[in-house]
Amino acid sequence: MSQAAAGAQAGAVAALELRGLQKSYVRGKPVLHAIDLSIAGTGLTAIIGPSGTGKSTLIRCVNRLVEPSGGQVLLDGEDLTALRGRSLRLARRRIGMVFQEYNLVERLTVIENLLCGRLGHVGALRAWLRRFPQVDVDRAFELLDAVGLADFAKTRADALSGGQRQRVGIARALMQEPRLLLADEPTSSLDPKTSVEVMELMRGLCAQRGIPVIVNMHDVELARRFASRIIGMSGGRVVFDGPATALTDDHLKQIYGGEGWLA
Amino acid sequence: MRGSHAVAELHDTALPGSGIRREWQRFTPGQRLARFAVYFFVVAAFVLSLGTVEVIPEFLWDAPAQMQDLLVRMWPPDYAHYPASVHDALVETLHIATLGTVLAVVLAVPLGLLAAHNVTPSHTVNTLAKLALVTSRSVNSLVWALLFIAVFGPGALAGTLAIAFRSIGFVGKLLGEALEEAQPGPIEALKASGTPWPSLLVFGYWPQVKPAFWALVLLRWDINVRESAVLGLVGAGGIGVALNTAMNLFQWDRVAVVLLAIFVVVIVAEVVVTWVRGRIL
Amino acid sequence: MSEAVRGSPRRAFEPDWLARIGWLAALLYVVYAASLLDFTWARFVTGLEQAARFFDRMFPPDFSRWEAVLKGLKESLEIAVLASVGGIVLSLPIGFLAARNLMPAWVNWPARALIAACRTFHPVIVAIIFVKAVGFGALAGILALVIASVGFIAKLFAEAIEEISLKQVEAVRATGASFMNVIVFGVLPQVAARFIGFSTYQFDSNVRNSTMVGIVGAGGIGAPLFVAFQRFDYDVVCAILIAIVAVVFLCEILSNQVKRVFGDAMRDAREPRGG
Repeated sequence: MSQAAAGAQAGAVAALELRGLQKSYVRGKPVLHAIDLSIAGTGLTAIIGPSGTGKSTLIRCVNRLVEPSGGQVLLDGEDLTALRGRSLRLARRRIGMVFQEYNLVERLTVIENLLCGRLGHVGALRAWLRRFPQVDVDRAFELLDAVGLADFAKTRADALSGGQRQRVGIARALMQEPRLLLADEPTSSLDPKTSVEVMELMRGLCAQRGIPVIVNMHDVELARRFASRIIGMSGGRVVFDGPATALTDDHLKQIYGGEGWLA
Repeated sequence: MRGSHAVAELHDTALPGSGIRREWQRFTPGQRLARFAVYFFVVAAFVLSLGTVEVIPEFLWDAPAQMQDLLVRMWPPDYAHYPASVHDALVETLHIATLGTVLAVVLAVPLGLLAAHNVTPSHTVNTLAKLALVTSRSVNSLVWALLFIAVFGPGALAGTLAIAFRSIGFVGKLLGEALEEAQPGPIEALKASGTPWPSLLVFGYWPQVKPAFWALVLLRWDINVRESAVLGLVGAGGIGVALNTAMNLFQWDRVAVVLLAIFVVVIVAEVVVTWVRGRIL
Repeated sequence: MSEAVRGSPRRAFEPDWLARIGWLAALLYVVYAASLLDFTWARFVTGLEQAARFFDRMFPPDFSRWEAVLKGLKESLEIAVLASVGGIVLSLPIGFLAARNLMPAWVNWPARALIAACRTFHPVIVAIIFVKAVGFGALAGILALVIASVGFIAKLFAEAIEEISLKQVEAVRATGASFMNVIVFGVLPQVAARFIGFSTYQFDSNVRNSTMVGIVGAGGIGAPLFVAFQRFDYDVVCAILIAIVAVVFLCEILSNQVKRVFGDAMRDAREPRGG
């Protein structure tokens, strides 16, 4: 881990590389125009941009929840766009994902939701009988401690608040021991205070584990505060890419258009 | 629907006759016409049926007297007949209903999974599965019973299979609909973590459809208790056989006991279902 | 709590003994009941052989007696139509009387008991009783299906009324409207669409059952079907079944159309009172 982190800091290893990634839902109307990106092996990258500009599509193209129309997605050098069936499933195990609406299985307990993150590794019958390996169960409890929900292990997910659910969502994604974490608007359904707590938690846990994070965000201030790198998108193209400190009001105008909204 | 209704009204009063832009309004005069067509059709069907059906009205006037005669013959019920030959038939009926329901569920679950378009993303497979379910439902359980009697001979086996095959369509259709109503979010999350499809069913879909599943199984069992009581009339086992025998021999006091037994069992089944549903849902 | 269990391996799931016992009991029951009803593999195998012969004799279907089939189907449809109309007409008042939010207990209890009584017996058993009361023929079938229709439509109608918003009823009542006006303006508009839904559903159900009551002599296609079965004329059986399925399908399409027309038309019906 420390080696990977060191390598990433040197900028030598790219965890994820997008090459000419394209997507159009309707023929001739591309949502993503040939995106080229390289994500380092550590740090939090925020993607900002107006609604409907393809942020969500971009992030879903990485783990192929959305099928790209063209280009390549390289995870540790392996092209994910070429994968089918089982090999795609095995690749997805290496990518964790956190959702805006949490997407927990509401009628299962918190601990069961965490163990859902291991379903790619455990056979269906063992999962059905709740015979998860003790290693997984131990890790689940560790993660629950880490996200501060140790007392909620056997609570049903539908009894949790929004912030608590998103913590479970993060813990579930980390159960996969992913090589990369994707987060699609993870704070958009949360209040400002909880948003900061959730972002803090996500950045902290992933930094500890040396997992690079890509986050779609609405909130520019939150992105500035937590991201080491910001990617601004507009009209399906990358229009800004640089460290958070380099993001100026001019850039924001370019990303969101207009200026009346800038205080 | 409420919203569009309000818009409809507004639009109707404000711009009469300019219905080209809104699709629903274009049909409004047509809908009126269709409504009158239905009224006309219903009345015509009723009058036509009333005119041509072969009913001897005198029989209807005679009915109260006949009914009274029937009740007198039935009273008092021959309770001694119950332990002698009704009890075992009643238990057999319950076994037919229960085993038939279990078998139906076992067969209906795969069909329900194949019929739900979000579980099985193939239009062809969905349609085929739905066709199988429709076939199961459109054949009456008595006809299923006759078919299985022709194959397996008279008895409880034919009855159980008849109940099962009639129920597959019911359970499969409702299960498929429950699956299609499952929230896509958690499913997407599990897919994103590389979950294979059997685990997706177990952890993604099953928790979401579980309450609906048990509710519809209970409902079907309740229906099956009633249905299995008549299968014996065509020889497919259960209490219907006792009913048929007593009727053919004009032993109306025994018929009364059989009907009473069915009545009690149906009521008890309904109470049990209500109680269990209250506990598990 | 988390401190207390730390150290020893933590368990994610308490073993669910109740569920395990439940599944085991279910399994044991299936084995027991199957052996009780004498389900054996041998019977199954001989059955399969029999099935092959059976299907062989079913095809090709024999439509040579199509006139009798048509006559039976016509009678079945007549039974279904008359029973549906009768059932619907009776269900309206009975359903109202059984609604607990509109009627005092001394009215709704007898009405609910009547509905429960109508629901208890399968239509075919009710048909038996009516065959004894009014003789063989379509009348017994009609009466049996009227009972079944009341049991279904009135029950669901009463439940639909019990779910209505009482605010609208109060609003109408507040204008000093008479009881009938409260029903017509406050209650009916809220439940009319569902009533039509239940009625069309029951019509479908009546069509299916009207093809069966003939088995006990209550008219319709059921009698020729049963006779053909008893005579082992399986090609005739096949022809009749095809005809029945076709009619059932047609009626289902028809009632879906009716449901669609009225589902949308409910809007129109409310319109004059809407403003």
